[in-house]
Amino acid sequence: MSARPVDVQVGTELPEQTSRVTRADLIRYAGASGDLNVIHWNERVAREVGLPDVIAHGMLTAGLAARAVTSWAGDPGAVVDYHVRFSRPVVVPDDDAGAELTVRGRVAALLEDGRVRVDLTVTSGGEKVLSLARAVVALS
Amino acid sequence: MALDAGLVGRSYPPSAVYEVGREKIAEFATALADPDPVYRDPAAARAAGHPDVIAPPTFAIVLSLGAGNVVVDDPDVGIDYSRVVHGEQRFTHHRPIRVGDRLVATATIDAVKTVAGNDMLTTRVDLVTEDGEPVCTTRSMLVARGTA
Repeated sequence: MSARPVDVQVGTELPEQTSRVTRADLIRYAGASGDLNVIHWNERVAREVGLPDVIAHGMLTAGLAARAVTSWAGDPGAVVDYHVRFSRPVVVPDDDAGAELTVRGRVAALLEDGRVRVDLTVTSGGEKVLSLARAVVALS
Repeated sequence: MALDAGLVGRSYPPSAVYEVGREKIAEFATALADPDPVYRDPAAARAAGHPDVIAPPTFAIVLSLGAGNVVVDDPDVGIDYSRVVHGEQRFTHHRPIRVGDRLVATATIDAVKTVAGNDMLTTRVDLVTEDGEPVCTTRSMLVARGTA
């Protein structure tokens, strides 16, 4: 467990987080989540339904993004609300590098009862993949 | 075919009890490449103020997916799953999900709308313990592309 953040203000930035997502990560997430949708592991089917290639589960992207908040908050149990809107798929090529995912966050509002709202910006290849990613964190 | 607005408010029977397992939480955290000990080590969880290991904030998707299938499979809803993409997801935690929780999921249709030829279906899933303690509320919005 890391220390809880102190002196949090509107505009306080979270440490930037970069992750890589490979095909192996998609298989692992499919098994762990129970989301076996074929477009997350079968290139042929993904192309048949009009996607450029296999894409990551939206909830894998959302889960990786939430990690930036939980590690900053010091206690994952402090995240009381998490809301994401998916705007663009994260395309995962069949290579060892996979897709890169960058998560930036800043405190957007101080709420009642020691809660803060954190707004995240989540990009892959320079494009925003979540049009909304917002967490409410109980800091005290 | 546009979704019938009369579906809003329709609720489905509660799921069977889902017992949250220690290994399942660890597996899910590993799939998110998250090394936080609060997902694995009871002592670390207790140090953070929890009675036992807790689950990541998005873990509830495991139960929400299963419970949401009853809506998608409802012939009155008639959504074409092959054209469905996940549009939006929200988790409201009344308290963290933790090891040993015995949870029951109840799905309700919260909203239906049609925008630019796409059907949008929002399903709420209420996760409560078998004793009735509210734990988490999930809202999932699915978009069926070009079906309306």
